[in-house]
Order: sequence, then C-alpha cells, then structure tokens
Amino acid sequence: MGVLEGRFKENVLITSLDWVINWARSWSPWPLTFGIACCAIEMMAAGAARYDLDRFGAGLFRPSPRQSDLMIVAGTVTLKMGTRIKRLYEQMPAPKYVISMGSCANNGGPYWQYGYHVLKGVDEVIPVDVYVPGCPPRPESLLEGLIQLQNKIRKQTIAKTS
Amino acid sequence: MDVEFSGDIMTLNMGPQHPSTHGVLRLELKTDGEVVHEAIPHIGYLHRCFEKHAENVEYPGVIPFADRMDYVAAMSNELGYVLAVEKLMGIQVNDRVRYLRIIMAELNRIASHLVAAGTYGLDMGSFTPFVHCFRDRETILDLFEETCGARLLYNYNWIGGLMFDILPGFEERVIKFLDHFEPLVDDLNRLLSYNYIFVKRTANVGILTPEMAVSHGVTGPNLRGSGVKFDVRKDEPYLGYEEFDFDVPVGKGEYGPVGSCFDRYIVRIREVIESCKIVRQAVAGLKPGDIQEGIPKRIKPAAGEVYMRTECPRGEMGFYIVSDGGTKPYRVKVKSPCFTAMSAFKEISRGAMIADIVAIVGSLDIVLGEIDR
Amino acid sequence: MTPQEIVDRLKEKFGDKVLESKLDGVSPWTEVDPAAILEISRFLRDDEALLMDHLELLGGVDYKDRIEVVYVVYSMKHRQRHILKVKLPRENPHIRTVESVWRVANWHERETYDMFGIVFDGHSDFRRILCPDDWEGYPLRRDYVFPKSYRGMPV
Repeated sequence: MGVLEGRFKENVLITSLDWVINWARSWSPWPLTFGIACCAIEMMAAGAARYDLDRFGAGLFRPSPRQSDLMIVAGTVTLKMGTRIKRLYEQMPAPKYVISMGSCANNGGPYWQYGYHVLKGVDEVIPVDVYVPGCPPRPESLLEGLIQLQNKIRKQTIAKTS
Repeated sequence: MDVEFSGDIMTLNMGPQHPSTHGVLRLELKTDGEVVHEAIPHIGYLHRCFEKHAENVEYPGVIPFADRMDYVAAMSNELGYVLAVEKLMGIQVNDRVRYLRIIMAELNRIASHLVAAGTYGLDMGSFTPFVHCFRDRETILDLFEETCGARLLYNYNWIGGLMFDILPGFEERVIKFLDHFEPLVDDLNRLLSYNYIFVKRTANVGILTPEMAVSHGVTGPNLRGSGVKFDVRKDEPYLGYEEFDFDVPVGKGEYGPVGSCFDRYIVRIREVIESCKIVRQAVAGLKPGDIQEGIPKRIKPAAGEVYMRTECPRGEMGFYIVSDGGTKPYRVKVKSPCFTAMSAFKEISRGAMIADIVAIVGSLDIVLGEIDR
Repeated sequence: MTPQEIVDRLKEKFGDKVLESKLDGVSPWTEVDPAAILEISRFLRDDEALLMDHLELLGGVDYKDRIEVVYVVYSMKHRQRHILKVKLPRENPHIRTVESVWRVANWHERETYDMFGIVFDGHSDFRRILCPDDWEGYPLRRDYVFPKSYRGMPV
C-alpha cells in the first residue's frame, strides 16, 4: 500500500527504515468518525477520559475520509449503507486499515437470522484487518483491537516481497 | 420565517457519514449559498428489521432487540416493552421491583441526557463538556455493570420482574454518586449552557411552535421546550410515579422566542436535577422482597392487543402489541419519539443557515437506531 | 368520556360508517369504514368533546385474510385515547391519507406503505422511507420471501 511499498530490495538499510516508518504509522492511526449504531457510543466512551484513545495517537478523529488512515466500522451495516461504506473506503488514501467493531460488523450480530436489510458482516464489501468481538465490546476490547492492529502494522515492510 | 431567496439553488448533501449528524442520517439541503430553502431528511440507513425479529422470537427474546433500538437509553426501551406485555397479561409486580425499575430508568435518563449535552457541545465546537459529561456518565455505567453485567445494553427488565437483584451497598453508592454529581451540573451550566457563544448559536434558532409540535406528534423534552407542560409520568402515570414528588421543567424562552434549540436543551439539563430527586426518594423507599417472584412460568398472553406508552429520555415511546394466544408476539409495532421529531424537521429548519442545521439536529437529540428500528 | 360514550358520539354523527367495536379489553378499539376515514379523523380532531389532536401511532397489521391499518389517537386536553381500525383487502389496498388532519401521518403512512404495500391516496410525498427506493417486496407481510442479494451484496 502506498507509494513506498515494493520498490526496494531487502537490505539492512531498509530494515531500519521499515522500523522507523512502522513506528510512525502505528503510533498515529487517525480514525474516521464513522460510528453507526450502539458500538459508536462505546467508541466515544473509549475516546473520552477514562479509556483514553489519545495515548495511542488515535485521539484525533478526522471528519473526512481523505485525511484518515483508520476506519473503525462501529455498528450494524445495512444494505442501504453498504454502497456508501465501499465508497468511503475507496476515498481513503493508502496505507489504510479497517477495524470491524462489534458482532454486527463482524458477521451480522443478533440480526443474522431475520434481518432482510442487514449485511451479514462488513467484510462482504471491504477488506478487514482486525475483528473486535462483543455486543457492544467494552472500550478495553477496542483498545486491545487497536494494539493488535499496531502489531500488524509493525510487521509490514516497504521492501519487495515475492 | 420569511427570507429573501435569490440566486440559484444548489443541492448539498450532508451524507450518512458526517461528524455532526448523530448517526447515519442523510440531510439533503437545497441552499442558495448559506441559507437553506429546504432540508429533507432521508432515513433508513440503520433499518435493522426489529419488527420482523419480534414476530419470530418468543416474548422474553424480544427484550434484547428492544434494547438496541434506542441504544443510549436501553433501560427505558425495555421498560416500555415489558410494561406493555404485563398490561396485556394483567401481571402486577411487587414494590421492590417497581422501585428498582424506577431507579434504573431515572439513572438511565441522567446518563442519556449527559450524552445529549456532551455531544451537543461537541457539535457547537467545545470539546471540554463532552469529556466532563462522559466522565460523569462512567460512574452510572459502573453502577449498571455491577448490577447486571453490561455497560450499555442490559436485558435487565424482564416480564414480571428483573434479571438480578442489586448488590449490598448499592444504595450507598447511588447516594454517593448523586452527592458528587449534583454540584457538577452547575459546572456544566457555567461551562456550556449559559456560555455567550452557545446562547447566541441556539437561542433564536429552530423555533417549534406548540401547535406545530402537537400536530407533528412531537413529545418529551422537544415538546416541553415549546412550552407545553405534558409528561407521561405525571399525566398518565405508570409504575407508581404518582407517589414521587418532582417537577416538570418547561421551556420559558429566556433568551429568545419559546421553542428554540436553547429551550429544548435547557429542559434536558433541568430534567437531570429532577431525576436526581426521584432517585433519592426511590432509594429511601426501597423495600425488601424477591424480584423474580412475579415471573410466570410460560409467557403466553391471551389473544388481544394493547397500546402502552412510557416516558423515555427522548419522548414517549409507544408499543402496540397484538397477541394471538401463542408464545411469540403476532405483531409488535413501535412508535419511537425521534421518528416523529424528525418528521417535524423540515418545518423547523426552513430559512436556517447551514450552521444552524447542525444546531437544530443536535437539539432534537435523535438516535438513529430508534428512528429506523 | 368512557370508550362507550366516544363510540356513541361517533355513531350519532356517522351512523353506519362506524362498524363493530370491542371495548372490554385493555385497549378498546372501534372499526370504521375505510371510505369515511378522512371525515371521521377530522371530526375526532375538531369536535369539542373529543379534541383528539395527537395521532400517536399509525401502523399496519397483516392478518391472513386482510390487512388492518390501526390509528391510535389521543386528546391532550381531555386525556383520553381511542383506537380506530380499518380493514383492507390484501391485494391492492387503498385508503385516503389523513395527512391534512395530523401532520405526523405523512411519515407514518410512508412507513406503512414501505412495510405493507398499502397505497395512501393523496399523499404529498409518496415513496419508501426505510428500505431503499429500489427495494422489491413489502417486508412485514406474512408471505414475504427474503431476497438472496441486493445490488451484488449477499443478504
């Protein structure tokens, strides 16, 4: 993802550069304000004073997808909303990450059986990096999901991988 | 409001993803630059088929779905549904259950109004009240969590009783919270409610006349902000609210015409104080008893129908339940207060500026889960 | 006024347009003729003894042989409530809109159309409200078949 990836062959300089770039990216994921349903209230609580998202660098919620790197899909995705989510995802610049928060965004949640208007999981329309289970997940679960995402970011490399 | 309209009309989209629309609401604005001719709300982005689920699960199984409609004030939704089914079956609950339900409902009302005030401040541009309100709300969520295990969506009110009894020491913790919290409302008033910028942005904006409000079916703090003194807890009491001594605050038009955004907001802040009074009285009058003794073995109401409404933090939520004698409801129709408030939006926002649209949406205190069900 | 007095007052004004009623349950209801719903609504709102100015709920119920539209009306001044019902056939149900009497009926009727397919004649803004505009079928009917996919997204 991005303009840097896949250009260089692996060597020791790239490893150090990787470390710096991944350190910078993992400690400042700026999320998009995209709360849909109940999980959005827990996301707001995670951003508030007791469970602070700002200490992970993720406290700066951006209103526009063109300025954010992380989309936390918090809440049930309906069919009417699915096309809009795809468009928002395509508007985000690379490198971009998606956290699917809550069981509705993971696989339809409590509405899986008779929900004619519910998309059973946001991964039907966009690729997801981290799934956070819960209904709604506690703010600590969301922070754990964010830490898992940071670990995933730190394993990326800008060297050619073939 | 008569405004001189000139120039071409441009259609602007405040789309489903927007930091200030309190959820997935799409507003189609027809504007000529800054003044809005017409603001048409489009809903349905969170339609989760509650009524279809309610026809296919048994009566107790509808309660978690009812929670998730107005997810900020889940106790009140459950209470409305449970009271409707109890009215249909003719079940009476004992005093301990009644008082605990009232305590939980009023604490939930305080928590919900704190979310409303905090996010409204955030929309108007001030971040500090948001953090203060959420910090105070965390103590209430701790109280709920120690009782029923969940912070936001409880499944606590059951048909005929409650899920768990309160732990020992709960009453002292509630009183300690109220003693700590009531002075903080003055802080919030100094910080946000009577702030010059906030008053200027909300006091002359979004006027809703009483006749328009009643015709549009607006209820709750939105109706009381327009000067109509009507509260289901006083005018058609349920659960024994007539035993409690509390006031019903009404918008008086302190800084402009009655029925503005400021009136609706300040009614909510004053209701928080009244809820604190009710909780104190309920805690003082709590009697011992068994909270699960009224729960029937099988919930199978006789064939018939019922309409029951309760005062939720956002207005009156009505449940119309049709039963055919089986274990699953035949039809559950919900009348949600935010749905009717949103239907009045087109009238309220005529002639407003684009920044005022944000103020109006925030003052109506909508939750999309309830509008779309 | 008791429910029986409300029904009597309606009967003396509208005669045989007021059909059966069931007043002994927890929520008393009265069935009226669909063709007269607009006049009856206006009378309920404007009559001095009734003054039912608040339409609380407008919804549909699908029974196997008919669809009913339910109107729950309330009077803020007299503090009394009554439920009106209208029976419509399942194929091609039509009824006049009461939007001119209670403004809130505008959105309630759009939702009833969306969920049941009942057409409200004379409605000013007649389209679906909850489901997308190109949705097929009326979801809350008892014989609704869930779609397999919508615009490429699996359901």
